Amino acid sequence: MASTYTVTKEQILSISGVDPLKCMRCGKCSATCPSYDEMEYHPHQFVAMVEKGEIEKLMDSPSIYKCMSCMACIQRCPRQVEPAKLVEAIRLGVTRQQERNHLKPDDIPALLDPELPQQAIVSAMRKYTK
Amino acid sequence: MQKIGVFVCWCGSNIAATVDVKAVAEAARKVPGVVFSADYQYMCSEAGQGLIKDAIKEHGLTGVVVCSCSPRMHEATFRKAVQAVGLNPYMLEVANIREQCSWVHKDMATATEKAIALMQAAVAKVTLNTPLTAGMTPVTKRALVIGGGIAGMQTALDIADAGYEVDIVEAKPTIGGKMAQLDKTFPTLDCSSCIVTPKMVEVGQHEKIHIYSYSEVTQIKGFVGNFNVTIKRKARYVDEAKCTGCGACTEKCPSRKAPNEFNMGLNNRTAVYIPFAQAVPKVATIDPEYCIKLTKGKCGACAKICEAGAINYEAKDEYIEVEYGAIVAATGFEMIDVSPYDEYAYTQSPDVVTSLEYERLMNAAGPTGGHLLRPSDGKEPKTIVFVQCVGSRESCSGGEMRGKPYCSKVCCMYTAKHAMLTKDHYPDTDIYVFYIDVRTPGKNFDEFYRRAVEQYGVHYIKGAVGKVTPEGGKLKVQASDLILNEQLHIDADMVVLAGAIEPNKSARPLATMLTASMDTNDFFTEAHPKLRPVESPTAGVFLSGMCQGPKDIPETVAQAGAAASKVIGLLAKDHLVGNPCVAHSDEWMCNGCSQCETVCPYGAITYEEKEFRMPDRTTKVRRVAQVNPAVCQGCGACTVTCPSGAMDLNGFSNAEIMAEVDALCR
Repeated sequence: MASTYTVTKEQILSISGVDPLKCMRCGKCSATCPSYDEMEYHPHQFVAMVEKGEIEKLMDSPSIYKCMSCMACIQRCPRQVEPAKLVEAIRLGVTRQQERNHLKPDDIPALLDPELPQQAIVSAMRKYTK
Repeated sequence: MQKIGVFVCWCGSNIAATVDVKAVAEAARKVPGVVFSADYQYMCSEAGQGLIKDAIKEHGLTGVVVCSCSPRMHEATFRKAVQAVGLNPYMLEVANIREQCSWVHKDMATATEKAIALMQAAVAKVTLNTPLTAGMTPVTKRALVIGGGIAGMQTALDIADAGYEVDIVEAKPTIGGKMAQLDKTFPTLDCSSCIVTPKMVEVGQHEKIHIYSYSEVTQIKGFVGNFNVTIKRKARYVDEAKCTGCGACTEKCPSRKAPNEFNMGLNNRTAVYIPFAQAVPKVATIDPEYCIKLTKGKCGACAKICEAGAINYEAKDEYIEVEYGAIVAATGFEMIDVSPYDEYAYTQSPDVVTSLEYERLMNAAGPTGGHLLRPSDGKEPKTIVFVQCVGSRESCSGGEMRGKPYCSKVCCMYTAKHAMLTKDHYPDTDIYVFYIDVRTPGKNFDEFYRRAVEQYGVHYIKGAVGKVTPEGGKLKVQASDLILNEQLHIDADMVVLAGAIEPNKSARPLATMLTASMDTNDFFTEAHPKLRPVESPTAGVFLSGMCQGPKDIPETVAQAGAAASKVIGLLAKDHLVGNPCVAHSDEWMCNGCSQCETVCPYGAITYEEKEFRMPDRTTKVRRVAQVNPAVCQGCGACTVTCPSGAMDLNGFSNAEIMAEVDALCR
């Protein structure tokens, strides 16, 4: 399954605008993270793993949905690395994947609700893979 | 008619591999005015210089062009060579055919063409050169040291021991600086004040040293060897000559709410105060902000108790002017304000302290008498968390920066010291040090840090503290342990922040007065980062201690001595040979507009009312510019500013520069 991923490290860097080489490995992002205990991979690991190119592992990890985008890591990082932007980029990477949909397109019309933005449904279809 | 010789250097293969040196020498012979040309492997060698000297004698050369490396390398060498055989040294020009020619080009044809053009330009200039003679200026044999910390004191002592008069200007009421505030020093753990106070006494008693305490430099005029400095002696409301330092006034003073700077504001002092027992000069000072007499007009308790009659509420700031030959900047450092780091709760809990505050809490002369007690409730802390790199090593790209991009250098070592001293006195204390890297380059430094870990059991954790929350009398510390890949939660009693070091705030205005350059962090820049580390690029200005960059005490003392030796070398001279390439004005062309005076960074230009005999035989008084050649540094700013073309620079006259440009465009 993992082999079907097509998101590259370069795409993640370009989506996020993050340069992981700026990281000095102080760990303040993980020290500050309120979701730390729930995460399999912690903010500082996102930076190190993206630098190493281990994008697939991150895309497969529930950690990406444990990040609450509180931006504490961005605010406090002394090197302006912005780990939360990497997490968001990985989430986007998953969203943009094709052929990994939980919902079938045919199921969607039944779910349509005038109160719900269509974008949310499309996004949900792609995000919530099994 | 000038007779010019052109000498083309190969510089081994540095030039000759890319420039056809023979062709350049050949081309030179065709330039009008050139009577001799030659090429040689190394013009700067004894033999090469001999070639130039022989040609001058043999052909009666009146001007010389050497096509070689940058004039910064060997202009002085060749000037000396031509002077040795009687030619004026300013009748020599260097055409740089190496740095911006042979080194940057690959194609021999184009490089040779460029070298020939550069040679022709130099010949055009030397044709118009006139002999110049450097003037001599006397040297005032007195040095000024700005700052009376360990750097300034050591520099002053070393200069004074060589027999020269030295003045120290110190902003605080006492000398001693930050070192007097420290408890112990790493890596030997000897008592800081035990080693610094004898030095303060030595400075205070030295017959060649004069201390202007509670004073500031407000204006600097002049130049190397001849500085004129205005010193503001702030009103201390106590006559220094009369005060015996008995301290009776400080006991009587009813105003006791002034924060005690010496104890980093951890306790209060009286409005009339002596900073600490060993202060030099041991003289009281009245803080006008807190003195009841000075603010409300009533009180006068100190004047009543003072047997020496030293109190004078009418005192005013005084300004004195003193002449100096050399100036040493020793303005030292401060710790950054850590309050913008909200996550560490410095402003929310008194138990979060900076390491300089911790230093005072450990010190026997500090607010707690050397007992380590929490500022909030006066209890002994059982768990202490040290946070490293608060504001150091921060990214400087974009955004608003809270901290500094550099490593503050001393924090790793003093934190190991704090941890060990604490464990020594209170062995059951749990100590955590959160570090990014432990940096301990220095003699016996790493051994010192390892002792903290191995002998004292200090918990060194690779990771950072994310936030500190005061809660129920504790400080909840949330941090990361990167080795174990864990998030830690520690209930601490105290948190100590190793704040970044920054230059003293007075350094920037001082640099402006000195026309000395600074880097983006407001550290003074050295004349050469490796080979001239204690000199400022501004002649006669020297650097000592932290004002040049973060350093520890031994490094500061070593640098202080080095700066002193440079000052001694300068003061030992009776005269300085000036630079003859200075500006002068053509009084007939000068229209008196004053633009040159405004633009001159050295204050070398003044205006004079002069009588002129006009062509119609009348006399007219005109306002014209005058250049003081001793002060002029030859920067040329006035020559390009002057709208009437009256200003000209010796050695770089408008005519000479235009001749060079013409030659290049031909």
